[in-house]
Amino acid sequence: MAENLNDAGTFFIKTDEKGRIQISFSGNWTIKAAVIEENKILKELGHRLVPGAKVMVNASSLQAWDSIFISALIAVKDFLENKNVAPDFTDLPEGVLHMLQLASSSPEAGEVPATGMEKRFLERVGKTFQSYLQSVRDFHRFLGEVVLGLAGLFTGHTRIRAKDFFLYLQNAGAEALPIVSMVSFLVGLILAFVATVQLKLFGAQIYVADLVGIAMARDMGAMMCGIIMAGRTGATYAAQLGTMQVNEEIDAFKTFGINPVNFLVVPRILALGFMMPFLCIYADLLGIAGGAVVGAGFSDITLQQYINETQVAVSLSQFFIGIVKCFIYGLIVALVGCQKGLSSGRSAAAVGRVTTSAVVTSIVWIIITCAVITIICYILDI
Amino acid sequence: MCPDRNIADKRQPHIRVVDLTMAYGDFVIQRNLNFTIYRGDIFIVMGVSGCGKSTLLKHLTGLMRPASGRILFGDVDFWAVPEYRRWELMERCGVSYQDGALWSSMTLSENISLPLEQYTSLSPGHIRRLASLKLSLVGLKGFDDFFPAQISGGMRKRAGLARAMALDPEVLFFDEPSAGLDPVSSKRLDDLILEIRDSLGATIVVITHELASIFSIGSNGVFLDNKTKTMLAAGHPRDILRTSKNQRVIDFLTRGTGKRELPCV
Repeated sequence: MAENLNDAGTFFIKTDEKGRIQISFSGNWTIKAAVIEENKILKELGHRLVPGAKVMVNASSLQAWDSIFISALIAVKDFLENKNVAPDFTDLPEGVLHMLQLASSSPEAGEVPATGMEKRFLERVGKTFQSYLQSVRDFHRFLGEVVLGLAGLFTGHTRIRAKDFFLYLQNAGAEALPIVSMVSFLVGLILAFVATVQLKLFGAQIYVADLVGIAMARDMGAMMCGIIMAGRTGATYAAQLGTMQVNEEIDAFKTFGINPVNFLVVPRILALGFMMPFLCIYADLLGIAGGAVVGAGFSDITLQQYINETQVAVSLSQFFIGIVKCFIYGLIVALVGCQKGLSSGRSAAAVGRVTTSAVVTSIVWIIITCAVITIICYILDI
Repeated sequence: MCPDRNIADKRQPHIRVVDLTMAYGDFVIQRNLNFTIYRGDIFIVMGVSGCGKSTLLKHLTGLMRPASGRILFGDVDFWAVPEYRRWELMERCGVSYQDGALWSSMTLSENISLPLEQYTSLSPGHIRRLASLKLSLVGLKGFDDFFPAQISGGMRKRAGLARAMALDPEVLFFDEPSAGLDPVSSKRLDDLILEIRDSLGATIVVITHELASIFSIGSNGVFLDNKTKTMLAAGHPRDILRTSKNQRVIDFLTRGTGKRELPCV
């Protein structure tokens, strides 16, 4: 072992009496020791190099070496070969020569294919657009497969395992209750605060009950459920199916002749579609309760008055609108989550991408759907 | 890494395992393991599937704490020293995982560069050149900008090895290097392991149950048994084959035929 492993490596270049250029390496050429940049060697070598010169490399006073040294030698070699000079490496330790040989042997993997990174701008734009169109087509095909899968429930082509289905139900229902409770209660509370402050100006605080009740029942309850479930269940579905794709589990289903859409997607859609209306009713009630805390607690109105006013203001049809919306949001979340999961690439990064994409896409579609349904309701005067 | 490491005394202990017991909670995997890995060894950990080979690797690489017993690197008791000292020891080890375990969001070059960026003060250009050198050492010259998902399983394994060698470790661990490789690639990987040992003088620990590899590259080894939950043999694999009296060891090394001849290696 060398005396001091942290002594920096050094090099020395001289031209001897026979006109040969001698490069001598000494000290420690290791990652741990202070390292000399290869450019420095090349620069000095360049100064001394004359056409037809012989270059000798020696390492007789070299103490320790690792791949830093190999890398420097390769840099020297490449530099000299560019100038048509063949360096003489024969004085180097055997291990070094071995590594050099290994490094310069032809790649075993054969020819290096293109990575597909070096495309021109327009080509990239075109490819991106095409892949976008393809993803739209893929989604429609997926939608078709899901409809066939759902129809298969009646013809017996789709068989789902009860155990899985109940697990999905539990996951989409009971396990989501705490977060749905908190969010919808607070949303009701916030709405009530906004309304109280404004309506107080007209002495019309009693209408806080109308505002909160109608807002929660028609829109906010459903939308909050949709967004929570997009972040919770939609992300779970995308990540689960994406990971299955990575582990080739999806392929394993296919080779058994089991349609992954029927087996994995249909039960998830059924579970979420079934649970969403219930979650919606639950969220509506908690939102109204949150409103009552502020409406009755921060003004002269009694709780009884608040409840009566809510009952008068919120008709059953408003609840139904909310429930229908929430059911549709559930379908969106489950469909998008599953489709993104199944279209995942085969790496950890790809699973992350599809999961993010599932959540963002679901939320965007939930808001668009909400806008469309609201406009339809306005036109139909519901 | 010293040039004189190759000619150093081969029987200089590098890693010593003393009375090691490995367990998951109360469930004991292996007990009373005692063996020494010498500098420059290619040490084979063999045994049937599920006998605790990978668990032993986890203990040797600092991922799992022994239930009892000691693991010594040189003279340092790995689990008795403070954590920062353990990290320093780990820095000198490289692990090549079964499927490469490459970071999928990084290119091959970036995979190899990351440890270099973390532990050295080399310039980015220098690091990139070193990364390409490592790739060319394992026969992947020119694949610097590929993502792990874009190359084949065998190539991923090689890239994993290149990453394990990033910091020029003193000890290299291989988890099932030949699993999932065809015989020719598997032989090439064995040759590569020998090359690395001979030129860098690294100590190599290989976990495998591939008989051809065991006999062609192993210079020392240990046999773990899943029934008795301890080691049944230790030493040079060929010596074990020749001299072992234990039926389970003989069955393993002869594929149950009992004929003590070397498979084609």
